[in-house]
Amino acid sequence: MSEATLHAERAAASVRLERALVVLGIVALIAAPFVIYPIFVMKMLCFALFACAFNLLLGYTGLLSFGHAAFFGGAAYFCAYAVKAWGWPPEAGILLGTAGAAGMGLVMGFLAIRRQGIYFSMITLALAQMFYFFCVQAPFTEGEDGIQGVPRGHLFGVVDLNVAMNMYFFVLAVFLIGVFAIWRIVNSPFGMILRSIRENENRAISLGYSVGRYKLAAFVMSAALAGFAGATKTIVFQFATLTDVTWQMSGEVILMTLLGGIGTMVGPVAGAGLVVGLENTLATSGFPVTIATGLIFMVCVLVFRRGIVGEVYARWLGWRAGGKNS
Amino acid sequence: MTMIFGIPIQALLGQLLVGLINGSFYAMLSLGLAVIFGLLRIINFAHGALYMLGAFIGYLLLVHLGIGYWPALVLVPLVVGLFGMAVERLALSHLYRLDPLYGLLFTFGLALVIEGVFRYYYGVSGNPYAVPALLAGGTNLGFMFLPNYRGWVVAASLIVCIGTWLLIEKTRLGSYLRAATENPELVQAFGVNVPLLLTLTYGLGAALAGLAGILAAPVYQVSPLMGSDLIIVVFAVVVVGGMGSILGAIVTGYMLGLAEGLTKVFYPEASNLVVFVIMAIVLLLRPAGLFGRDA
Repeated sequence: MSEATLHAERAAASVRLERALVVLGIVALIAAPFVIYPIFVMKMLCFALFACAFNLLLGYTGLLSFGHAAFFGGAAYFCAYAVKAWGWPPEAGILLGTAGAAGMGLVMGFLAIRRQGIYFSMITLALAQMFYFFCVQAPFTEGEDGIQGVPRGHLFGVVDLNVAMNMYFFVLAVFLIGVFAIWRIVNSPFGMILRSIRENENRAISLGYSVGRYKLAAFVMSAALAGFAGATKTIVFQFATLTDVTWQMSGEVILMTLLGGIGTMVGPVAGAGLVVGLENTLATSGFPVTIATGLIFMVCVLVFRRGIVGEVYARWLGWRAGGKNS
Repeated sequence: MTMIFGIPIQALLGQLLVGLINGSFYAMLSLGLAVIFGLLRIINFAHGALYMLGAFIGYLLLVHLGIGYWPALVLVPLVVGLFGMAVERLALSHLYRLDPLYGLLFTFGLALVIEGVFRYYYGVSGNPYAVPALLAGGTNLGFMFLPNYRGWVVAASLIVCIGTWLLIEKTRLGSYLRAATENPELVQAFGVNVPLLLTLTYGLGAALAGLAGILAAPVYQVSPLMGSDLIIVVFAVVVVGGMGSILGAIVTGYMLGLAEGLTKVFYPEASNLVVFVIMAIVLLLRPAGLFGRDA
């Protein structure tokens, strides 16, 4: 069998596997709230969408943002404020949070893409920290307490989100819409150009693409989707606090993506599930979460750079996940 | 009382001194970052954690072994430097061939572990570290009152910064270092042990962070969180200065510390934000940084 057909077979096998995984995953998620505590699954779903949005930038554009907490937590604040103080319905609050995160992404992205590589990461981190300090001082975030007691309300004025199952299937819908959007972006001609920037930025420039605009567009989309996840989380948990805008949160989403597999569609979902699950387990054991997180980071970088899903793909299908040269 | 722009001059000078002290630490830490980045091409996220480690080792030496400030000033950088060299040998040396982002992620994990361990054992509250007897009290300069220890911190940081600059620009070891930054293969071919040089460089950067930590111990409270908040500001400093030049890193550190002090006088609410705002402005006007060579 020639190398080319072998490659085609492997690609087809990988597509088949992914389809099977997706169908299996959706069935499992529909069944999940009847087996597992729904709030826990909802938390996983929100973080999974957050990690997928982050992966759009790191995995498919090659940009490591160290400030994604600003979008996740910022959108949470916008949504919480609109719903609680102005009495907006939940769907409007989530849209406002998403739009706010996109706007912040536009400003932060515009500044950050002026430098490349490692500097890009440091700038996003610094700008997100600036937003954190802003949130500490601004009156509308209610400081250390955060915005508490956000009403879940009625979706489109009809569906009562205070019913646990309604809330769950709404979050599942948000998650599926978000992931579908990312899948469409990644596999569109636009997504191909993003990948070319990841692989070789100078060549993309010499081919005539205005790389800066593509990077900014990817940054804004990633920020908006991260905001979508953050605003939805606010409706679920009925609060927005400083925790979601800290640099630790930015680190956490990187860990989820790295652990699951940078540049794979399924990886960040798996990573988010594992990290949220691990934190839940550790919370009762007394072992500090920070140490566990740090250790996983170090082990992943040293021996496990493809992540769990990336490693599975590589072992079973001989398929090399995109992402950074590992 | 003399007033400048409606502010008592004492208050102004007092805040400028605070700014200068903060600037001293920004300068020492961004210097270490620049030295490490210059040769290893790694952004050391653990730099803040190493600074905290320095302060904590000083504190533990005093509490458990009764070893005071002056011996600690020598011991702490040694211990932190050795720790850094071990980290470089065991882990970082395996990452040089990869994208620099992996170095950032590894050192981020390391920072979390170091911070987590100290938080686990010592909580988040600060522990006071007494000013050494020799430097207790203060001096009246006529126009302001200068606490002796703060004067010493500014002087010591200047000595450290200038000393490091001289080491790199004027000595034989420094010339190897600069040559290895330009072309490591060629320098290796001339018979210089480049891997050893890399280990020593990371050790030097770590020792600088540790020294900054023990200097900071009597000024700020010794707390497990003291490093992580500082490191992000230092990253902004590094973006403003650009890491191409050692001198640039030092000057930018002091400048931004002073800018922060001034903001505290005129618009205290923004004093946390000012460094980041300056960073944003510099990015708009001069994306490569004030002293940067790489675009």
